[in-house]
Amino acid sequence: MAQGVLVITEQRDNAFRKVSYEAVSEGRRVADELGTDVTAVVLGSGIEGIAGELGKYGADKVLVADDGILSDYTTDAYTNVLAEVIKSREPKVVFLGASVQGKDLAPRLAARLDTGMAMDCVVVKAEDGGVVVTRPMFGGKVLADIELEGDPQIVAVRPNVMSITENAKDGSIEKIDVQAGEVKTTVLETKIEAGDKIELTEADIIVSGGRGTEGKFEVIEELAGLLNAAVGASRTVVDEGWRSHGDQVGQTGKIVSPNLYIACGISGAIQHIAGMSTSKFIVAINKDADAPIFSKADFGIAADLFEVVPAMVQEVKKIQ
Amino acid sequence: MDIVVLVKQVPDTEALIQIAGDGVSIKTDNIKWVMNPYDEFAVEEALQIRDANEGTVTILTMGTDKAVETIRTALAMGADQGVLINDPAAEGSDGLAVAKILAAALKDIPYDLIIAGQRGVDDDGYQVGAAVAEYMGIPQASLVIKEEISDGKIKCDCSIEGGTVVTEAPLPVLFTTQRGLNEPRYASLPGIMKAKKKPLDQKTLADIGIDPSTVGLANRKVKIKALNPPPERKAVKMIEGETPEELAAALIKVLHEEAKVV
Repeated sequence: MAQGVLVITEQRDNAFRKVSYEAVSEGRRVADELGTDVTAVVLGSGIEGIAGELGKYGADKVLVADDGILSDYTTDAYTNVLAEVIKSREPKVVFLGASVQGKDLAPRLAARLDTGMAMDCVVVKAEDGGVVVTRPMFGGKVLADIELEGDPQIVAVRPNVMSITENAKDGSIEKIDVQAGEVKTTVLETKIEAGDKIELTEADIIVSGGRGTEGKFEVIEELAGLLNAAVGASRTVVDEGWRSHGDQVGQTGKIVSPNLYIACGISGAIQHIAGMSTSKFIVAINKDADAPIFSKADFGIAADLFEVVPAMVQEVKKIQ
Repeated sequence: MDIVVLVKQVPDTEALIQIAGDGVSIKTDNIKWVMNPYDEFAVEEALQIRDANEGTVTILTMGTDKAVETIRTALAMGADQGVLINDPAAEGSDGLAVAKILAAALKDIPYDLIIAGQRGVDDDGYQVGAAVAEYMGIPQASLVIKEEISDGKIKCDCSIEGGTVVTEAPLPVLFTTQRGLNEPRYASLPGIMKAKKKPLDQKTLADIGIDPSTVGLANRKVKIKALNPPPERKAVKMIEGETPEELAAALIKVLHEEAKVV
């Protein structure tokens, strides 16, 4: 009978992504409720050195799949290896992060194993020896409570939602045989944008601009820089070509859940709200006191962003 | 180059979504149904590839009678033919079952390439594209913003956090779309007229060899127990002040001291 929690982690250049710590922490919490163990899996090349870190967040055991063919993520190789791990270990619940990699991997694994998968889970509850999850649908306009049939239940957790908890366990390392099988995909190149650009889906703070910026993002960039924040944009801004597609927050862009979302000159179209409504705190700055964004915000300023945001920059400097 | 585009009809992203009386579905009256925005990129890319390489573009969807409208939209954009799997027994299928149905339909459609939206903006499940690739036994590339086909291979620029990964795989391949791939065209009036005469095949589950007792609402592996509205926020606290400086100071104070987020 399937039992235990397995967490698929993700690393880039031999450093774990933050969502992997979130997934291991959440896996530990659920395993404790179910009275079972947590096994984490690390895949890559030359990654044995980092595998030990996962014990700190509650992994009882860490499986290490270390092979040159796993140095770059490919759907083929990772699915082949992980499907075999899951078939032989028979976990009841598989956790992973709903990162870009998780969004490619989880659905393929679910199809391979013919089992239920839920993407972008924001709540996971232990129930009847397995889990029930809550996940947004329609871009967050509704939240769905989901029961997953099949073994294992595959749960992809939304980045930035689950808390990272230190809960030291053994974390004993077991190297596993890598049978990557047929791999048709080759990774030719990985291009990471220069600088310390913070990824929207992983940011603690986001400063976002809308039509009201008229495309002038300098003040927003400055505030974001001071706050170590990512810069986001509304659909209008992207459609106008003022910012690149990757900056778009909304139902057809990135869905984000930072601690603080500062919306500058954004009116608050339904499709934008859908992309940021799970932020912990929302600040709206808009000249139009009747803008719908204010009804979704915690704090509002009805004034010109070009006057208020530079003043905010000065205030932030004072407290830093 | 024969290309199949997987398309879905979804509520418009500006639509207000309300939970129906049963608590597990949404109210569908008053909703404007449109082609899934990510599928528009898929149709556009297919048309561009076909026009550069010859071949056909087939639109494949599973849905009810109203999905005909979305297929006609794709045909009006320039696709060559449509296939609609329309069977009451298929209604309510989850992503895996939809993928099984589409994969069964693909057995009768020649293809070198399959393009799908990265996700439907209704259930945001991310399941169908990858599962179709799995059932067809072909490689996949996700969140593609650029592609290039030559010598029977496709090179894809896939967007990842903070950058891009360039992958290559031999055709046939299934890839999913990301914003930035292209600017989908609007259907022209002559295109709309022509679309009315283009072939649109409707098939039942029996036609494609799917046992109805394996799909549909009763056979979901992803079971919706309840839909709830997102928690309401407390009423907005408007920051008071005479000057931008006062407003900014009051806001940063509350973020720093009360919310403790800066």
